Amino acid sequence: MDNLEEMYNEIIMEHSMNSYNKKKLSSHDFCDLGHNPNCGDEIEIEVKLNGDVIEDMAFSGHGCAISQSSTSVMIDVLKGKTVKEAKEIIATFIGMIKREITDEEELEKLEDAIAFKNISNMPARVKCALLAWHTMEDILKKLEEGEK
Amino acid sequence: MDYKKDFPVLVERNIAYLDSGATTQKPQSVIDAVEKYYKKHNANPHRGAYSLSIEATEAYENGRDKIAKFINASREEVIVTKNASEALNLVAYSYGLDNLKDTDEIVLSIMEHHSNLVPWQYVSRKTGAKLKYMYINDNYELDMDEVKAKITDKTKVVGIVHISNVTGTINNVKEIIDYAHSKGAVVVLDVSQSIPHMKIDVKELDADFVAFSGHKMLAPLGIGILFGKKELLTKMTPFLYGGDMIEYVYEDHTTFAPLPSKFEAGTQNVGGVVGMSAAIDYIEAVGYENIEKHERELVDYAVEKLSKLDYITLYMTNNPKHHSAVISFNIKGVHPHDVASILDNEGVCVRSGNHCAQPLLRYIGIDSTCRASFYLYNTKEDVDRLVAAVEKAYKMFEKYLKK
Ligand SMILES: Cc1ncc(COP(=O)(O)O)c(C=O)c1O
Repeated sequence: MDNLEEMYNEIIMEHSMNSYNKKKLSSHDFCDLGHNPNCGDEIEIEVKLNGDVIEDMAFSGHGCAISQSSTSVMIDVLKGKTVKEAKEIIATFIGMIKREITDEEELEKLEDAIAFKNISNMPARVKCALLAWHTMEDILKKLEEGEK
Repeated sequence: MDYKKDFPVLVERNIAYLDSGATTQKPQSVIDAVEKYYKKHNANPHRGAYSLSIEATEAYENGRDKIAKFINASREEVIVTKNASEALNLVAYSYGLDNLKDTDEIVLSIMEHHSNLVPWQYVSRKTGAKLKYMYINDNYELDMDEVKAKITDKTKVVGIVHISNVTGTINNVKEIIDYAHSKGAVVVLDVSQSIPHMKIDVKELDADFVAFSGHKMLAPLGIGILFGKKELLTKMTPFLYGGDMIEYVYEDHTTFAPLPSKFEAGTQNVGGVVGMSAAIDYIEAVGYENIEKHERELVDYAVEKLSKLDYITLYMTNNPKHHSAVISFNIKGVHPHDVASILDNEGVCVRSGNHCAQPLLRYIGIDSTCRASFYLYNTKEDVDRLVAAVEKAYKMFEKYLKK
């Protein structure tokens, strides 16, 4: 990649090194562990619902700057959204990383998560960026299937 | 000496290739030998009466002779596999499963690569034999005291890596092998990380089984070697069954071919063996003394440079005599994958992760490291590029690091 600093930008660095979303919730409705056995990254995501709105989220675990920041930014973006909205945002994020969605207007709903757009130029790191989003996708799937 | 010019990938690409511990680049002579085999002599070995097939058979068996001589073994003791992992699995399945019982012990060093560890967990589960580990000290070395505390009269198998692919520690395997033998145990020695850098003489070491991969010593991918002492191999049951490893096949039973064919089922990797022969020629032409001297200078230089950076942790012994050409390190507070990506952007190839040695990393108390591993084609300039890239990586993260 021509300019690596573009990837390791302010948003990503701040979220990865000093995230306010890295904590434990006092209570949660759903909790799931995402891990990447190849690199050892482990991220636990907690979700608290109010009706069908995501009221609060937090994460814990360890991993590289890309996986940590991607998790933290995802939490910022999904908090306060309905489950349906969250699913759309996750699908859009995954589509952006896979370069299947390029329409600027559509990508706007990703808010700060758009900072990960160029990760597709670093194929070795794509899985780091996607870890939290896939984990959250699984959580929402479980939620739909009605199991706790 | 400039060995880099012999390696097309390193000539064509402007990279500092510091991942030879994972696999080495291949010299032109190895590439040429493989090409020549496929262009001029290829046929199914051992199966045809026509001259082309005989040429393929000769290429294969001459290669075996060369490998045997290289490690000071006899030809029946040299089994061709696809890599070190397969060689180690062969020992676990064909020796371990048949010879261990629930009152026995298997003793491994905590430094083992997963390939000399996970198969023994399987053997332990199947036979009930107890699995025990020999741990390293604070200097990333295995003390003889620890060896003697763990290997007992109950120990039937000892698995030991000659050089750790994470810490680069050179284990005192001769002493460990002698001690294990005094307790009646059989030793499975993994020389994957040592044979590229130093002479391995299986007779002198007196190891019972020795495994390595060709691709870490300039040979093509897909070829590995298991050495086993003849008296052990003779008594063992085959690992894989099928063509070429048989003598007579009846409807309900089979008699097996003599060594080494008994352990080589199916059509073998002739091109790989030919490439391995050429790799041995290359190593012998350079000479292990020259390889060791060159690498010693490089590694000393790299350690000196990296030690000056106070934000770096090195995971290696401070005794250079016990350390090979692998340097594991971390930038404090920065994840190794981020470091490796930034290094990659500077044309520096290092590995990051757990290096297929999760129990060792867990024991050290970390989940991953960056690893720079050196070989004869590396230069001081490669080290300078590494150090400059590490400095750059640190600068990118510096202002965000929690103090
Ligand atoms: C010490 C050691 N043993 C065994 C292996 C396994 O080699 P392979 O993957 O070629 O089977 C490796 C390489 O990854 C290694 O470094």
